[in-house]
Parts: sequence; structure tokens; C-alpha cells
Amino acid sequence: MSNATSSTIAPASPSTGRPGLWRRLRGHQGRNLWFAAFVAPFLLGLMAFVYLPIVWSAYLSFFEARNTVNPTRFVGLDNYTYLLNDGLFIQSLLTFVAFALFIVPTTYVASLGLALLLNNLRWGQAFFRSVFFIPTAVSYVIAAIVWRFAFFSGARFGLLNQAITAAGGDQVNWLGGTNDLYWVALVSVRLWLQTGFYMILLIAGLQRIPQETYEAAALDGAAGWRLLRFITLPQLKATSVAVILLLLINAFQAFDEFYNMLGSIGSYPPYARPPLVHLYLIAVGGGQQDLGVGGAGTMILTAIIVLFGVGQNFILNRSNT
Amino acid sequence: MLGLGGGLAAAATLTACGQNNPLDGGSSATPGAGESSSMGSEAPMGDKPSLTQWYHQYGEEGVKEATERYAAEYEAATVTVKWNPGDYNSILAAQLLTDDVPDVFEAEQGGSLDQIRSGQLEDLTELIGDAKDDFNPAVMKRFTFEDKIHGIPQTIDMQLLYYRPSLLEAAGVEPPTTMEELIAATNAVKTDSMGGFFAGNDGGIGVLGTMFIWSAGYEQLNEDRTEAAFLNEDFYNGLVAFRDFSKSGGVVQAASAEWFSPDAFINEEVAFQWGGLWSLPAIKEAFGDDVGVLPFPAIGGNGRPSVPFGAFGACVAAEGKNVDASKEFVKWLWIDQEDKQVDFSDAYGTHIPAKPALVAQATQLADGPGADAAQFVSDSGFANDIMWSGAIGEKYGAALSNVIKNDADPAAEFEPLKALIASELEKLKG
Repeated sequence: MSNATSSTIAPASPSTGRPGLWRRLRGHQGRNLWFAAFVAPFLLGLMAFVYLPIVWSAYLSFFEARNTVNPTRFVGLDNYTYLLNDGLFIQSLLTFVAFALFIVPTTYVASLGLALLLNNLRWGQAFFRSVFFIPTAVSYVIAAIVWRFAFFSGARFGLLNQAITAAGGDQVNWLGGTNDLYWVALVSVRLWLQTGFYMILLIAGLQRIPQETYEAAALDGAAGWRLLRFITLPQLKATSVAVILLLLINAFQAFDEFYNMLGSIGSYPPYARPPLVHLYLIAVGGGQQDLGVGGAGTMILTAIIVLFGVGQNFILNRSNT
Repeated sequence: MLGLGGGLAAAATLTACGQNNPLDGGSSATPGAGESSSMGSEAPMGDKPSLTQWYHQYGEEGVKEATERYAAEYEAATVTVKWNPGDYNSILAAQLLTDDVPDVFEAEQGGSLDQIRSGQLEDLTELIGDAKDDFNPAVMKRFTFEDKIHGIPQTIDMQLLYYRPSLLEAAGVEPPTTMEELIAATNAVKTDSMGGFFAGNDGGIGVLGTMFIWSAGYEQLNEDRTEAAFLNEDFYNGLVAFRDFSKSGGVVQAASAEWFSPDAFINEEVAFQWGGLWSLPAIKEAFGDDVGVLPFPAIGGNGRPSVPFGAFGACVAAEGKNVDASKEFVKWLWIDQEDKQVDFSDAYGTHIPAKPALVAQATQLADGPGADAAQFVSDSGFANDIMWSGAIGEKYGAALSNVIKNDADPAAEFEPLKALIASELEKLKG
């Protein structure tokens, strides 16, 4: 259709042919131009710091690339077979699954609980919202260090150990790996850091539920648990799906609290090792940079995260229709 | 949401900040800040060639000024010192790939396999010549690869076992030289408030690592570097002995500080501590003459004591613009100028001069524990083989942890390493 109009205009005044094209490129009121102006910086950053490295990693993953980003020795799929036969890598994926299975529902329930409590609060809502949200602003690294050296120090000086020994118990070696108690530290720090953030998202979701729905339900005699079960949760579905997928991806990208709580100079124990920590150790740890294997791992992880993203879209689309 | 990079970029390691510890391979502080001078190496001033010299950031006060003073005293060339805070190995590796390479630079253990293989380092074998016999033999052995030397040792750092002679005397035990003696001595001296042997909050697995190989009397790799040389009963039995030691409560699993800090020992939380030579001044200040040092004890029938050492070597970039002038400068500073070598090792923290003959001139090593430490490196010093790669180290550490912490059977746990090490070495042979 636009073809037809431009061909009728063009012969009439040849001099406007150029501005016509320019105008079409600019769009109505220069919208395309503004679109480009606003999107370009972000897009360039995304290209330079996300897509280019991913593409480069893909390239590196087919080479023997140690301490170099310009490798010459093509090794085909060797790096991939190496990783898939690497017990520690497989174990790191299992660690992620175990971690996610625990942290995702726990954070969701805790955030939802807080959101429901605060949403019904008649006074002081803003105050409590801030109180629970503030930990989100704390760096994972700093929180991990506080957890490691103050709360969960295995020495008798640790805060928890002091409380335990004062109560007549035995000193506990929280992070030493002789037991599984390091999970208490790892899970609690993440809960503390992220619950407030998801609480805010869920409060926003709760506030979008029309009050009339509750009134109608109340007229029908619904109250308490039934209101939550049949009104709140279904209406909150879209927010919940988004929150859960965000939680899942965050769990997948877990690095900081693990590395800073369990790692020591140049070494990290074989247990409680999420995928990113394992790849980090391969790619930059131990004084050696094996970027080929690291690149292969990046590809595998990227594929898994893309699957999550696609799954999220799929579920969201289904819940919207 | 696909921002995979976020986690990596935000990563920070817990490095021993301010400690000068060449034994730690990778620290990952942020690179960038602080560049002392940026004089181009391509612009000669007058007749003299201009050279750039790179160092990593030493933690001790005054080292930077000292290196600048040495450079200023050199008359045959204008030498500009560049100090590199942050992850030195990565910064150096990246710079060596460019056209603008530093003429002279220090490299851990006298250059990595990659640097040597890719021809980035000038061969200094002839430059050092017969003077190589003046240097610490253990260090020189590590610095020699395929009969060639690519770095001149600058100074030596090491780790060792600290104890208090008075405590042993009171308990009526001798300083332990074998694992059995260490276990017996630990049990004799430890009390309710003072634990036994401490080597870090991971139970010592991280830092002791390959000590279990060396102290059992073996090497990491065979002569030809084609396979592992330690996967045998002696080694496995040693691990079981250390595991029993740990499980019996002799090995302190958690203290108020890490092994690289002297604090746990100074606070009298532990009777024996594995630590760095860099902690010696603080420990001597706390306990005066009541300080003794030992190498890691011999393990099993074939065992011998061992200590790990690390040394930076001065290297010359093969692609530099003034290779001959650079070599002359390296020879002048690190081979000829012995007063400066002593100053570098002794005046800013505690290090061991790379030449045993100079040890006597280092005030901190003149007698007592310092002198013992210097002797340990000569007699029992070990360093990771140049082909003991990060991948091998990772797998080794994981197996070690599983054996000592999770009661895994050592033979079963280490069995897969045989093939892995062989194939890794095959890859590294290139």
C-alpha cells in the first residue's frame, strides 16, 4: 500500500523523493529516530558486554585456548566432552538443582507471607516495607563476609557458636565441610538478601487485584484461607510466575555468597559448588585461564538459561490467555 | 535477564590483602588504578636506551620506592618502573600479547609454561651463565625448563610450621619431624583453650595440598612429565593418617583467622600453625625467642620433610625493543648488585635472598627461625611443577577434600586422576 502512494507521489515532484524516504525512516513525529536514540546506548552496551562475549565464548569453546583469546588450535567438541565427563561440573549442576529446589519455594513463601502481612497492615506499612527491603541494597559479597566471619565462624568467637556454647552446647564447625551445615549459612544469607525485594514485587501484584473481587467474594461468604486460595493466588498468578522464574535464574547465577563464604585464596572445596563457581575456577582460577573449557561451559549454561527464558514466556503466555 | 556476566564481574575473592605472598597464584582485585609512570619505551633519551620494568604490587611499605631507586641508579639505560596493582598475572599476560610489551618484568617462578612456549620470554641461560650456581638450588631447579632459564630469581617466599619451644618442653616432647611425632606432640600440648595443629579454616586442605605428595617422598610428575608420580600406597596411607589426625580433633578446623595470618597462633588458639614466612616478624614480636619453625613433617616410610616456596623471577620480553639493553639491566640488578638484592629481600618484610651466600647479610635471617627457614628452602624446598596445571590442581584438591572430609577411599578417589593427569600432560606438551 505504501508502495502505491509513494509511486503516485514520486513522479509528481521528484525533489521530494529523498525527504519522503527520510521522513519514512524517521517515522511519524520522528518516532523511529527517538526510538533509535533511546535504545541505541543500551543496545550497544548489550552488544559489547553480553552478546559479543557470548559469541566469542562460543568461538573459544571449539579451541584449545589457555591464557589467550586468539587461539589457533581447533579441537572441535573436545571441550564439551571434557566438561560433560567432568564429575565436578555435573555435580555443580546437581548442586544448583538442590539449591534451587530449596531456595526458590522458600523465598517465594517468605516473600508472599510478608507481602500479605504488610498489605493488610493499617498503619506503618511504609516503615515495615522499608525495613524488609533494605537488605536488598546490601552487597552479596559484604553480607557473605559478615555471615562467614561474624555469625557462622566455626571458631568459638563466632556469634552463633558463642550462643550455643553459652547454652551448654558444643562448638559447631559451620563452614568447614565436615558436615552439611554450610547450607544453613548459604540459604539464610540469600533469604535475608532477596526476600524483601520479591516482597515488593508481590505487594505490587496484590495491589492490582480489584477490591470489588474481594467484596463480591465476601458477599458469597468467602473469608480467610478461602479468599487466599480462590481469589488472591489466582489473581497473583502472573506476578508469581515472574517471581519464581526470576528466583530460579538468580539461583542459577549464584556465585558471590558461595565463593566468599567457602572459598579461600586460590581454592574452593569440591562441595557446594554452583556452576558459575566451577566455571570461574576453570576460566580464571588457579593461575590458569582455560578459556576454551570455560567457553564451552558458558555455552551450556547459556543454553540452560535460554531454556528457562523460553519456558517463562510459554508459561506467561498460557496464563494470560 | 541473560546477563551471565554479572555474577563473574561482581566476584570478589578473599585474598590476603596487603600480604606479599607470591605463593598465591590468583587474586582478583580490580585492575586499573595507579600507574607510576608512563614513559614510552620507544623514545630513547639522549644516547641511553629507555626501558620499562614491571612489578606486581608488593604489600610492604617502601618496596616501590626501592625498585625506583635501583632503576635510577642504573647508568646504562633510563629505566622506568611500573607498579601493577590488581591481578598481575592477567595484566601481564594481556600486555605481552600486544606490541607494547614491558622490556623487563617479574614473573612467578620465572615464567609460565605458556609464556615460554609462545616465545614471549628471552632465553637468559647464557646471561646467568655460571652464576646460576650462586642461586638457591631448589629455586634454580624450578626455574629451569628443558635446560633453559628464562628468569633470574629476585627473592624467595615460603611457608612453614610455627611452634613454641616452651610449650613442647613443658610437655616433654621434641620438635616433630615426622607425621607420627607431630600427632603425638599435638596431643601432648593441646589444652581445652589451645587447639593443636592449624592450617586454615578448611582443615588445611587448601594450603597443605601438594605437601602430602612431597612429604611422602614423591614428586608430582615423573621425570618425563608424562604421568603422575605419586599415586601409590605411601601417599594414600599418608592421607589416611592425616584424616585420622583431623578426626581425632588434633587438627583445628576453625580459628579466628586464616592460615596466612599470624593471629590464630599469636592469640594462642593453636599450638602449631602452618603459615607464611611473612608472619615471622609479628610472631617474633609476640613471643620473642619462644618461636620455632619446622618444615612439614615426613610422612610414612619413604617420607622426608618439605616446604613450599615461591619466587618471582626477572624476565626479559623477547619482543622488547631493546632486548640487549634489557638483559644487561637484569644482569646488573639481579645478578651483580648484591647489596640491592639483600635490601630487596630484607628491608621491606621478610623474604629469603635468592642467593644462599647473601642469607647471612639479611638481618632477619641471621639466626634463629629466619636462618632455619632459609635452610629449609635449600634442603627441602618444593614448588609446583611447571606442568602441574590449574585443571590438575583442581581435580587433586577435590579428591583430597573427599578423602579427608568425606571418608572416601583414597585409592578409589585418586584413581581417575591417573588418566586425567596423563591426558592433561599430553595436551600441555602441545
